[in-house]
Amino acid sequence: MSVRDLLKVHGRPSKEVYLDNENSGWVPREVVEAMIPYFNVIGYGHPSITNKPGWEAFELIDEASELIARTLGADKEDINFVHSGTEANNLAILGTAKKSRKRKIIVSDIEHYSVLMPALSLQEQGFKVIRAPVDERGFVLSDVLSELVDSETFLVSIQTVNHEIGTIQRIKELSEIVKDKNPNVIFHTDACDAYMRIPIDLSKLDVDLLTISSHKILGPKGAAALYVRDEVEIEPIIKGALSSQTLWPGVENVPAIAGFKRAIELSLEDFDGRIRKLSSLRDFLMDSILDSVPDSILNGPRGDERVSDNVNISFLHVEGEALTVELSMRGVYVSSGSACTSRILEPSHVMLAIGRKHEEAHGSILFKLTRYHEMEDMRFVVDNVKEAVGRLRSISPLGR
Amino acid sequence: MSTRVPLPYTPRVLELFREPRNLGRIDDADAFAQAGSPACGDVISIYLRIRDGVIEDAKFESYGCAANIAAASVLTEIVKGKRLEEAWNIDWQQIADELGGLPPVKKHCSILAVGALRRAIRRYFGDNLPEWLPKDLTSVERQALEEEEMIERIYGKLRR
Repeated sequence: MSVRDLLKVHGRPSKEVYLDNENSGWVPREVVEAMIPYFNVIGYGHPSITNKPGWEAFELIDEASELIARTLGADKEDINFVHSGTEANNLAILGTAKKSRKRKIIVSDIEHYSVLMPALSLQEQGFKVIRAPVDERGFVLSDVLSELVDSETFLVSIQTVNHEIGTIQRIKELSEIVKDKNPNVIFHTDACDAYMRIPIDLSKLDVDLLTISSHKILGPKGAAALYVRDEVEIEPIIKGALSSQTLWPGVENVPAIAGFKRAIELSLEDFDGRIRKLSSLRDFLMDSILDSVPDSILNGPRGDERVSDNVNISFLHVEGEALTVELSMRGVYVSSGSACTSRILEPSHVMLAIGRKHEEAHGSILFKLTRYHEMEDMRFVVDNVKEAVGRLRSISPLGR
Repeated sequence: MSTRVPLPYTPRVLELFREPRNLGRIDDADAFAQAGSPACGDVISIYLRIRDGVIEDAKFESYGCAANIAAASVLTEIVKGKRLEEAWNIDWQQIADELGGLPPVKKHCSILAVGALRRAIRRYFGDNLPEWLPKDLTSVERQALEEEEMIERIYGKLRR
C-alpha cells in the first residue's frame, strides 16, 4: 500500500482549515523566514566550538534564552534547550529521579503521555507513582493532592494547561499546597499548552521545573526548553559530546531555536488582543457546534478557566477516528480521543479521568485554534462538523 | 528490525469509507445480528434477506472507524448471491485482503464483520443447525464476543 495512493483517493479539498495544532503546529511564514539564514548564512556552526559561525550560533541561543527568561520571569542561565517537549518532560522526570534518594512521584491523572510514560517507567526501578485525581472539569483535587504529598515524595508534576480539554490549573495554589506539606519536593509543570496563552511569572511561583515547546506556539518542531531553578538537583538523561549546555549533549538545533524565538516575538505582539480574538473564536465555535449538533457535549471548563485556543467536544453515537477522516476529506483537520486513533486501542486517559464514558471518549474531537484563523473559518468548520456528524450518525446503528 | 508503525488505512479503505456499498437496514430482514460494543468504539449490524438458502440481499450499519465501515461494505458485497454455507466459510483474512491488507491494529475490524455475519447465520437457523454449521462458537464468533466481554470487564472496573 502506498501513502501516495491514499492521498490521491483523499484528494485536495478546495478550502482547508488546520485545527490539529495540538499534535503538530502549523508554522507561519515569518517564523520560517527567521530560520532560513541559520542553515547557511549565519550561526550554522556548533555553538561550543571556537569559530565565528559557532559564536554566532551561541549568540542566537543566548538571545533566545534571554527572551524566554524574560517572558517567564526567570534567569537566562536556567533555560535549557532540548529538541522537543517530550524530551524536556523526560528530562524533568528521569533527570531528577536519577539524583533522588526518595522514591515517590505524584503526577496528575491527566498529564501528557510525555510525563506519564517516563514516570510510570520508573515504577520498574522501585519508584512509587501516584496519579492525583481531577474533577469532571479537569481540576486537580487540591485536598487530595495535599494528602498525597509526604516526606518520601521528591517530585510533583502537574500541567499548567491540559493539552486536550484546556483546563487552566491553579498552579500557584497547587505548588504552594505541595511545598507547604514538604518544601523539599521538586515541583514540575508542563506549560507547553499554557506558554504564550496565559501570563506565567516564575518569580512569583513555587515552581522548580517548567517545560515549553516551540511547535505549541506556532514555532517549528525541533526546539523546546526546560526551565530548571538553580538549586534543583538534576542529571542529563542523554550522554554525548560537549555542548554549550550541561544538561543536554549534542549540537543544538539552532535554526529551530531561531524559529522558536521568532514565534515568541510574534506572540508577544498585542498579547491581550490576540487572546481576546482567540477566546471569541473559541466561544463562537464551541457554542455554534453545541447549539446546532444534537447530543454533543463540551469536555473541560468554560470561560476564563479554559485556555483561549482549545475546543473539545464529544459527539455521541459517532466514532471519533471516522469523524477525523470524514472531516479531513472535507478540508477540516482535527484529532480525536478515540481508542482507534491511539494505536493502543484505548480511549484518551484524560477523557476517562474526567469521568467520560468510553463511548463519549471515542466520539471526542479536539479543535486547536490559532490567531491566524478567522470567523469565516469557524463557520466553515461548524457547517462541515454538522454534515460529517450527520452522515456518520445516519450510518450508525446506535442512538435511535 | 522494522520499527515503523504502519499506516492504519489503505486507499481501498478510504474509497469504501467515502462510498460504502449496501449501507442501511433491511426492515423485514430474515436474519440480523450485531457484534461489538459502543464502549470499544466498534459496532457492526448485519441484515440479510435469504431465499432458498441463498443470501439475496445484505446490508449493514456501522458505528466505528473507517476500516470498520469498509470491512462491512466488502463483506456485504461478497455474501450477496452466496449460499449460506459458502457465506459462513468466508474468512476474515479474505476481507482484510480485499481491503488491501489491514495493519495489526485494524485486524479486529474484519474479525468483527465476519463475527456479525456468522452470528446472523447462526441465529437464522436457531435450534435447527445444519450439519455444516458447528455447534460450538467458532473462534471468530468468540473473538467478537470476547471483545464485548473484555470491554464490559474494563468498563465495569472503571466505573466502580
